[in-house]
Amino acid sequence: MAASCVRTVGSILGKCGNCSSSLNTVTSQLGRQVLSRRICVSSALQRKNLAAAGPEKFTVEFIQKQVEEFNIGKRHLANMMGEDPENFSQEDIDRSIAYLFPSGLFQKKAQPLMKHPEEIFPRQRAVQWGADGRPFHFLFYTGKQSYFSLMHELYGKTLKIEKHQDRLRAKGLFSKDTKQISLGTSRWLAKEELEALLVETISSHDYNRFIQLMERLLSMPYCATEEDFVLRHRRTLESLSRKQMVPTLERDERGVAFSTADGRRKTSTSSVVLGDCGSGRITINSKDYLHYFPVLQDREQLMFPLQFMGMLGRFDLECTVSGGGRSSQAGALRLAVSRALLGFLSEGEVETMRQAGLLTPDPRVRERKKPGQEGARKKFTWKKR
Amino acid sequence: MALHRLSFRLRQTVTHVRSLHTSGCGQQHEAVAVEPEQFSVFRTQENDPACHSEKQMGQYYTLPSAHIRTLFPHGLPRRYQQQAKTFNEACMMVRQPSLEVISYLKKADYSKPSLRYVFYGLKGSGKTMSLCHTLHFCYTQGWLVLHVPDAHLWVKNCKELLPSSYNTSRFDQPLQATEWLRNFRITNERFLSKIKTKQRYSWTKREFTEEGSPLGQLVDQGISRVKSSSDVVGAVMKELRTQSGQPESDFRLAVAVDGVNALWGRSTIKKEDKSAVDPEQLTLVYNLKKLMTNSWTGGATITTLSQTGSLYTSKSSYLPQELLGERGFDTMDPLIPVSVPNYSEKEFESCYLYFMDRQWLQHPQSRTEDGKKELIFLSNRNPSMLDRISSFL
Repeated sequence: MAASCVRTVGSILGKCGNCSSSLNTVTSQLGRQVLSRRICVSSALQRKNLAAAGPEKFTVEFIQKQVEEFNIGKRHLANMMGEDPENFSQEDIDRSIAYLFPSGLFQKKAQPLMKHPEEIFPRQRAVQWGADGRPFHFLFYTGKQSYFSLMHELYGKTLKIEKHQDRLRAKGLFSKDTKQISLGTSRWLAKEELEALLVETISSHDYNRFIQLMERLLSMPYCATEEDFVLRHRRTLESLSRKQMVPTLERDERGVAFSTADGRRKTSTSSVVLGDCGSGRITINSKDYLHYFPVLQDREQLMFPLQFMGMLGRFDLECTVSGGGRSSQAGALRLAVSRALLGFLSEGEVETMRQAGLLTPDPRVRERKKPGQEGARKKFTWKKR
Repeated sequence: MALHRLSFRLRQTVTHVRSLHTSGCGQQHEAVAVEPEQFSVFRTQENDPACHSEKQMGQYYTLPSAHIRTLFPHGLPRRYQQQAKTFNEACMMVRQPSLEVISYLKKADYSKPSLRYVFYGLKGSGKTMSLCHTLHFCYTQGWLVLHVPDAHLWVKNCKELLPSSYNTSRFDQPLQATEWLRNFRITNERFLSKIKTKQRYSWTKREFTEEGSPLGQLVDQGISRVKSSSDVVGAVMKELRTQSGQPESDFRLAVAVDGVNALWGRSTIKKEDKSAVDPEQLTLVYNLKKLMTNSWTGGATITTLSQTGSLYTSKSSYLPQELLGERGFDTMDPLIPVSVPNYSEKEFESCYLYFMDRQWLQHPQSRTEDGKKELIFLSNRNPSMLDRISSFL
């Protein structure tokens, strides 16, 4: 499906721009062209077993050609859309592809796409041996040359630090409390990330060895000299609440701050106007909340964000809610109230609210009924005949 | 300490048996006297509703259990009865609406046609309790109390429906009538022998009540002869209506109806041919409606409107026009509406302290300021909701 779509895009573009297609076939376009450019795969092997051949390898020239074609195709596309070909970005490409080839397909992979070859072809290592057939690297025959070279480097750095410490000890300048590497909220690279960095598959045992050695390096008093190297193998974690949209506070005619926010759950949508300096009066669809939510649980839902922040009785709430049933309306209101509350909170409090799950929308919706079944999951009663 | 004292006393007993006995008694009296002396913000020592004023507002007073037995054999709300049983005392809050009506009742001129007071308010705001407080006032003043605890019960769920022997177009509800008569007898025991009938009533060919016989005889007739009980209720109401305010009679009549909007609403009772009965056709309702007019003197009509239990009404309506309907409102027209609001801050505080005092709020969190705020939010200071959320699951 994906391949056919992509091919369509290519052929049309080719006709329009009367040049070779710039759209990259992902993997399945097995033309003569590609086969001829493949290295270290014999044609016999190709014929024998396609899947066992492993990931396909492409020469540098082939990739370069693809990049050139991509750039030309991009310019054609820009001309077609009547835009400036010099400043035609990837977003513009996506937009124009979505416009030219509207697709109703749900699966993302099945939709037509046009991306830079670097994104489409997996990153691969350069040729490892010279013209005489001898490998460049001395660790080539270990089978995992980049992993072991990294370990070598790491151990070399450990030794270097130890030597440095010994020298300091001899001079009598050694002290335990030295500057440490500020790790902050960072973490080690995960196994997959390390694999991507090394362009090699490593086992979990190898990965654990790497982490152990790194930890040993960190435990040394004078590790700060290798800070750069350590931080290159760590990822910083950002607090997710940074990404949270905080509604800006507005002032009404009396100068009292208020904020508005929306929330939704299942099929309910709600909006809340949260006014400061109130007496705790709450109306939902201009009705008293006690009569709108006669069930205690719904009122608890409404109360929770305010109670969690210890702000009960401070705000006046004006809520509107529509659609759905009572519990989904209560859930939608809870989300809206928590979002509206953000404007009155400091950053740390926003993070605690996020961790309490108050800012996370509930994604659960009704599951559709399937044909041949009684419900979404339930089957008809089984009857022998 | 007590044990020590007792042993000390016991040694004395050997010589002075009599003196020990008397001193023991004296101590007991002291102990009883000391207990109610405790000072508290939320309780008032004034147990007579006639003496209640603005000063006692928001405070609790204790209903004497003897009064409860006679005045409210069936009139108190169920949840309040449960609460009274749990707390082992019946305490009622003095609130603004009932105080207002009591002050009107004190000042009213009883030679004029009777006034009609209507308590109205949102669901669970304490209309029935206000009515009970007002009735307690009437009772302590020595009035004759004619209390219908829930008029809605008369227009639905009728087990036994008989065509009336007096007027064939009407229907009798013997079960409800006997129950009401029984409770009426308990409440107004002291008046039953004093009031004499002004008319001769004949029930069957052989049975009749002579003119000048006491009202008690009439009531007993109704209780023992179930078939005629509905007519007896009508007769009792008629006697009271005609006799109150007359110079020779020495009683004041308080008519209390809870859920008065039932009289002008619709009913779910079905006739033999499956068609609905109009409340007008029910003997009990027909007679009670006559009491709702202001054609009689020497008393007052105190009523409440209630949405709970009413039939075919919108859930959000609570105003007199909405609940009474056009017909009912025209009949009741010169009425004194008294709004019953939710608890004010002071009243809520008092209720909260009362529950604390009774050890009713057991969760450790409920003693904190946050817990109180949570209670306020969840109940929105609505008395009935507060009772519900603070009770057991």
